[in-house]
Amino acid sequence: MEQVVIIGNGIAGITAARHIRKNSNAAITVISSETPHFFSRTALMYVYMGHMTFEHTKPYEDWFWEKNRIGLVQDHVKQIDTEKKQLFLDQSAPISFDKLIIATGSKPSFHQWPGQELKGVQGLYHKRDLDLLEANAPNAQVCKRAVVVGGGLIGIELAEMLHSRHIPVTFLVREAHFWEGVLPTKNAKLLNDHILSHGIDLRLNTELKEIIGGDQGKVKAVLTSNNELIECQLVGITTGVQPNIDFIKNTPIALDKGILVNKYLETNIAGVYAIGDCAQQTEVTGLRRPIEAVWYTGRMMGETLAQTICGNKTAYKPGHWFNSAKFFEVEYQTYGWVNTDKRKQEHEQHFHWQHPHEPIAITAAYHKETNQLLGVNVFGIRLRHAVLDAWLSQHKSLDYCLAHWADALFDPEFSNSHQKDLLNHYNTVFQKALKPVKKSWTRIFNPFSTKK
Amino acid sequence: MKQLQQLGIVLFLLGIFTFSSAIFMGTFSPTKAQLTALMTEKGISSKVFESNAVAALTNSSFNNIHSLKNALSAVVLKTNDDHRAAAKKKGISKEARKEAYGNIIYSAPKDLAFILGKASAKGLVAENSLLFFWLSFGLGIFGALLFIVPQVITEGPKGIKNNGIYKQNSTNKGFIAWGVFAYLIGFYLVLYFAPQYTIHWTLMLDPLSYALNGGPASQWFVYGFMYCVIMVVMAIRMYIKYRHVNYQILRTTSVLFFQIVFAFLIPEIMTRLQLPATDFKNAFPLDYDFFFSWNLNKLIDSGGLGLFILVWGILLTLVVVPVMVYFFGKRWYCSWVCGCGGLAETLGDPYRQHSSKSLFSWKVERWLVHGVLVFAVLMTAATLYSFFTGNTSLVGIKTQSIQNTYSFLIGAIFAGVIGTGFYPIFGNRVWCRFGCPLAAYLGFVQRFKSRFRITTNGGQCISCGNCSTYCEMGIDVRAYAQKGENIVRSSCVGCGVCSAVCPRGVLKLEQGPESGRINPTEILLGNDVSLIDLLNKK
Repeated sequence: MEQVVIIGNGIAGITAARHIRKNSNAAITVISSETPHFFSRTALMYVYMGHMTFEHTKPYEDWFWEKNRIGLVQDHVKQIDTEKKQLFLDQSAPISFDKLIIATGSKPSFHQWPGQELKGVQGLYHKRDLDLLEANAPNAQVCKRAVVVGGGLIGIELAEMLHSRHIPVTFLVREAHFWEGVLPTKNAKLLNDHILSHGIDLRLNTELKEIIGGDQGKVKAVLTSNNELIECQLVGITTGVQPNIDFIKNTPIALDKGILVNKYLETNIAGVYAIGDCAQQTEVTGLRRPIEAVWYTGRMMGETLAQTICGNKTAYKPGHWFNSAKFFEVEYQTYGWVNTDKRKQEHEQHFHWQHPHEPIAITAAYHKETNQLLGVNVFGIRLRHAVLDAWLSQHKSLDYCLAHWADALFDPEFSNSHQKDLLNHYNTVFQKALKPVKKSWTRIFNPFSTKK
Repeated sequence: MKQLQQLGIVLFLLGIFTFSSAIFMGTFSPTKAQLTALMTEKGISSKVFESNAVAALTNSSFNNIHSLKNALSAVVLKTNDDHRAAAKKKGISKEARKEAYGNIIYSAPKDLAFILGKASAKGLVAENSLLFFWLSFGLGIFGALLFIVPQVITEGPKGIKNNGIYKQNSTNKGFIAWGVFAYLIGFYLVLYFAPQYTIHWTLMLDPLSYALNGGPASQWFVYGFMYCVIMVVMAIRMYIKYRHVNYQILRTTSVLFFQIVFAFLIPEIMTRLQLPATDFKNAFPLDYDFFFSWNLNKLIDSGGLGLFILVWGILLTLVVVPVMVYFFGKRWYCSWVCGCGGLAETLGDPYRQHSSKSLFSWKVERWLVHGVLVFAVLMTAATLYSFFTGNTSLVGIKTQSIQNTYSFLIGAIFAGVIGTGFYPIFGNRVWCRFGCPLAAYLGFVQRFKSRFRITTNGGQCISCGNCSTYCEMGIDVRAYAQKGENIVRSSCVGCGVCSAVCPRGVLKLEQGPESGRINPTEILLGNDVSLIDLLNKK
């Protein structure tokens, strides 16, 4: 029987395992040193916030693995022998493989700050980071102030988590606005306001310079790039992640920042594959980045590679870009490409509508000559993935999309659709006279039908 | 703000304390006139009873209802012994034997104790019932609101705030939760099986009862009133907690309306007008005694309105309910109209996360809920058989005893004691999920012939598990969402909380065409289009 071994039990590795099991009889072994069972990394925040227990973050009950003949090994891989096709582990006996899938994900990036080894300095990625946070910042008595460094998705999650336990948070963001490296400035400003409205001490244009220790090697304060000293008991480092590939460095597997893979997710070594956050594409699709540390892309690579492993060789060819996040109360979804003001393409223009006093907004990117929809960011509005995907595939115009906005809305029933305000604004800005078209199930279900 | 909330808790607990201690209060000194009234009300004609009761009960004062009930029990026992002995005496005439048998008292001593105790109650509460109404109900309501209303500010801006639910004693099966559990169980046991202890509660509510139905309050009036009050208070909590989701606001308003107007006010007013009191929204087989002969006879004897209620009841179950489920899913009933659902969605909301999501529980659920449906249908079949043929038993089993078993096991123990008592431990829909025969019936319609579904939004799920955690029906919503599949489970009551707690906008309750409603998927949206087509259409 073919031995498929997967290193890493995150979404990429587990998706691959599940799909290989569906389509083949191969022996599957998943090795992870992090936790005995797959859990949803994105849900760790909810455990700290008390919305759930860790048990709830496990998408499958514990009997699932045995029933589906997916072997689980909780151990750390020390060395890979690609010649003999063997893995050496910390504690257990070596494991042989015919095919090896590396899906080891990311680790937090630390940028060699003085004092980063102090107690109370931590990232937020692993299960153990959650346990560490519980010890470092159980409540506002032990942790009188926390400093979060890095204005990205994990940074704001960490700020929200600490805030939920009434721990005052100072949030250092290098850019002029939160997440400005990804969002157009107007969107980033909306989030600035929202963060501030929660009483977070948001410091824009501010970097970490040094972490200062106190008694027993614990954090006492941080020094910012403005030479301001902020006393704190916790420093959350959330300045991005990088592929978790240290243990591969002395193997023949070709690496750059991540494990280099072709469009079939194959490394330079036959029978060895890499998927998820740790993989670096040598042949990128469209405007995508070579390393995509996103839940969805991990899953898609897992789905795709399982086909190849099971004899249906399939290239990784993801569809339209999409992503989502939640910033305190503000839900965010994006479909297609909406570039930042700095990185906007020459033909790319933005239409922006924002609710007068609530954190609800839409920024649509369109082609300035053809009016084609290039992408959309929504805040506080849910959109129907299938409809947006179809609109992007069919190069629908922004005019069409806004007129047919009702097809795309995915907010709960009885929600205010804001469609009227949105269209009014659009019509005013562009001197148009678009009228809303009623939602149609026929269009939603048959996006490629030519019927109206 | 925090002090205000703490004061609220103190006042609430004081209210609960007053309410609970009323059980044990008062003295009872029955008079002869009160005994006569009792005998008239219960149709007791036995002179032996009268003389025994006068001897044992009048001219003496009972320090608590328990001893009054014991004394009454003894009187009934002694009286019945006498009558039985008389009936068995040899050489008496047929008429005398019949009369002796006719004199045997079948009324339960607890019911006699309720009537006699209520008439003869003296003491602090009985003499100041209005004051105690305010000290118990009033203080309880005011305290609860004082705790709940500041949450508009303390919980921060509108949005899902489940912070600390698994860290708090009260919502994470700590000793407070177990205390609530014990209290609710105790309350239901008193309500169903020891009504004599509710005397002081009924005294407090007599003025309201007289105003509404023209008569004194029974324990069921107390229950109905409390049901409404608790729902209103906890609905205010819902309005605050889910103020960013219009669906939740409308749904909560709807269950409140149907509880207060349909389940409480209309039946009370009908009683006042001497019409057959009916909860028009209560559908068979949840309303399991609808076809019991006493109800059928009552309806048939009440002329036009009675017939209307009879026809409406049948139409409701056979036509209205399933047709509505076809169009809107069973949510239109279970989480917009139903009283049990209404209490679960208001009082029970803080406990919704405790419903088990395991596959094992799902198996138990299917056996139990469908078992109860079969039981209800068989019992009704036997009931109707007896009603139309006059035979009191079917295949050797007495119809009456089938009905009694169902009423006791399902109607009282399962729906009441377990159904509500277990809120803090097994979640707020224990009855709806494991026991309600109507839910089982609607479930079939919803699963196999309905336009309702919870749509999964393409590939946006991140498997976080908020939806599953907060599903009160124990559906592992995530199991479907993470596969990109719509949720069409028969048990879904459409409360909409999975959609509300989803951080990524993945779930939407909606009605749409039947085709495409069930959408098993291999590869989720977002991946290679040709791969999706290849595998999903395989």
